[in-house]
Amino acid sequence: MELTLADLEIGDVATIESFDVEQLPMKLIEMGCLPGNRVNLLQVAPSNDPLYLNISGSFLAIRRETAVQIIVRK
Amino acid sequence: MSKNINVALIGNPNTGKSSVFNQLTGLNQKTGNYPGITVEKRQGVCRLPRGVKARILDLPGTYSLNASSLDENVVVELLLNKNDKDFPDVAVVISDVENLKRNMLLFTQIKDLNIPTILVINMSDRMNRKGISIDAEKMEELLQAKVVLVSARKNEGIDTLKQHITSYKNISTLPCVSIASIDQDYFASLKRTFPNQSLYKLWLVITQDVNFARIERQKMEAQDATHTRSRSFLKRLQQKETIKRYQYINNVLKACYNKDSAKATDLRGRLDRILTHKVWGFVIFFLVLFTIFQALYDWSSVPMDVIDTSFAQLSDWAKVNLPNWLAPNLIAEGVIPGLGGIVIFVPQIALLFLFIAVLEETGYMSRVVFITDRVMRRFGLSGKSVVPLISGTACAIPAIMATRNIENWKERLITILVTPFTTCSARLPVYLILISLVIPNDRILGANLQGLVLMFFYLLGFAMALLAAFVLHNTLPKRQTSHFVVEMPNYRIPLLKNVIVTIIEKTKSFVLEAGKIILAISILLWVMASNGPGATFKNAPEIVAAQAEVTDANFEQKLSAYKLEHSYLGYVGKGIEPIIRPLGYDWKIGIAIVSSFAAREVFVGTLATIYNVGDSSEVTIKNRMSAETYSDGTPVFNLASGLSLMVFYAFAMQCMSTLAVVRKETNSWRWPAVQLVVMTLIAYLGALVTFQYFSL
Repeated sequence: MELTLADLEIGDVATIESFDVEQLPMKLIEMGCLPGNRVNLLQVAPSNDPLYLNISGSFLAIRRETAVQIIVRK
Repeated sequence: MSKNINVALIGNPNTGKSSVFNQLTGLNQKTGNYPGITVEKRQGVCRLPRGVKARILDLPGTYSLNASSLDENVVVELLLNKNDKDFPDVAVVISDVENLKRNMLLFTQIKDLNIPTILVINMSDRMNRKGISIDAEKMEELLQAKVVLVSARKNEGIDTLKQHITSYKNISTLPCVSIASIDQDYFASLKRTFPNQSLYKLWLVITQDVNFARIERQKMEAQDATHTRSRSFLKRLQQKETIKRYQYINNVLKACYNKDSAKATDLRGRLDRILTHKVWGFVIFFLVLFTIFQALYDWSSVPMDVIDTSFAQLSDWAKVNLPNWLAPNLIAEGVIPGLGGIVIFVPQIALLFLFIAVLEETGYMSRVVFITDRVMRRFGLSGKSVVPLISGTACAIPAIMATRNIENWKERLITILVTPFTTCSARLPVYLILISLVIPNDRILGANLQGLVLMFFYLLGFAMALLAAFVLHNTLPKRQTSHFVVEMPNYRIPLLKNVIVTIIEKTKSFVLEAGKIILAISILLWVMASNGPGATFKNAPEIVAAQAEVTDANFEQKLSAYKLEHSYLGYVGKGIEPIIRPLGYDWKIGIAIVSSFAAREVFVGTLATIYNVGDSSEVTIKNRMSAETYSDGTPVFNLASGLSLMVFYAFAMQCMSTLAVVRKETNSWRWPAVQLVVMTLIAYLGALVTFQYFSL
């Protein structure tokens, strides 16, 4: 099974592998969510959603439903 | 006479763009709206060396030229329209030294539009602490643009920025990235069809869903259908474009930017561990809310008393001293109490804007959005709805405007529709006077009963907002999936100047907007109460004098009561009395309710006007209200009718300005109409049940 951003534990660092460009908002891509970039899961909110990330130097929060679209490699 | 230079300030949110704007213009600025939409337009004037003046336009914060919200559309539309009177001679792109890489994405897009561009690297005072060093000269050479290190906080670099703006004509307009390199075939054929246009502008027009572009795009589609490709094709190209831009930026930064992580202090991490903690995050959030509400009451009571007394004195003074041609009665009994009714809210509203400004400037608001999102989603709302719901306790109008950054249309619409249920400051005077009338000043378990009832009505407002959201969530169709992306900005100490400017601007516009309506209504009310149809009104003194129980002592009072009953206003009240009788109200309360359909805060003022017209005795409004009786001697205001009135005001949609803002924000009359009808219906039924229950 493929590992997605939503499978990471707090503190994990991973590399973004791929995603379906149609499923992600342009804004997220422009904030640095691009294949090859590093992503660090900093914190999750209650009920494990949303996720607080550091993607290639940008600090942002996305919902779990978006995070499952992003395939990563540890 | 030399021409003024048009300057556009552009930048990502949270880069301190407003601070730079405030430093350039001081208080020499004005806020308006873009025509037709409620996006705020901030403009100001800046004096440059050699007597030149610059008109500074502070554009809404945007992450890129690929607009995804109304605010961002404004930026793209302006930059694509050379004929706009605000089209910039020079663009100043504001970036934050800690997020330079991401902020520069927007810079490269602006520069590719062939506009002379200056890159401001703001918050340079934080470089040392973060172990960052920048070779600005090298950077200017690589970017072929001007680069200025600025600290808006310490007022450093602003003069250099002004100099660069003055000599904007020397700035190169060469693009950073050649858009054609993304897909040679596609852009080559585009070039063949439109040989005389800039490819990047064409590309933006094709990919943007902006109003201006839509017209252009239709024209293009008519000319050549081969260029319209599928959405996914275009989006893949956009991704390629973004990758290209980051490659360019990384190459530039490699040569002139250095960060020594060992020197960096991690304040963010330490604060986030507490503020976004699953338990402590919520505890702190509620403590913050609690402190704000306490302060709202404690700090505002003294200035509110002062305002109240001064307006009463002003009214007395006007009655005696104004010349007759100024209609002293109209001014003293209609205009001054009416205006006093709005000015009295200024301390509370200014305080609330202060707290909201501080929460936003420190970066804490994004943490609240983060921890509450999941809970709010159960009710069809978003974490971003928390900000409007909290601001709604001041006034629904700025609150509804604050929903703009909610990407999902359904979540945004629900937030807009339910925000007016939160207890806004206009309901407060209604609650306060009714509570003091019908709720005994007792203590229950050491707590003040009147205070508990007031708190209950605040909670009732929030509960109703959540309940309504839940119902809407399950009835409205799902229109689109859209994504929640929230930037978590760095923690910062708010800039005093920014906070003060925000408070002044927001409070001013609130008072002016509400003031206009209240002024109009209080004049209308006064005229309607002082005039009546036919001989029954005109011959009032004779008719009253002929009544058996009238004596010299009570003549004036009887006369004014008679006149009010037979005035135009009296007939309006009598006309609706049958409808409101089951709620426990008489025709005078009916008048107050009708008049406060334009704005709730008019209620107390109207009762004051109604009980006051022609009566100069000194009894307070509260005493007059408790003395009101029906013809059989039972008091008009008792526990049942008082609670019923409060429930009515808690739920009813009585604010024209809110309806107008909802119309603007949803771009249709349908939603304000739904709000008006449904909320009034809920209010009526709620008041009916309350009155009947407590009358048993």
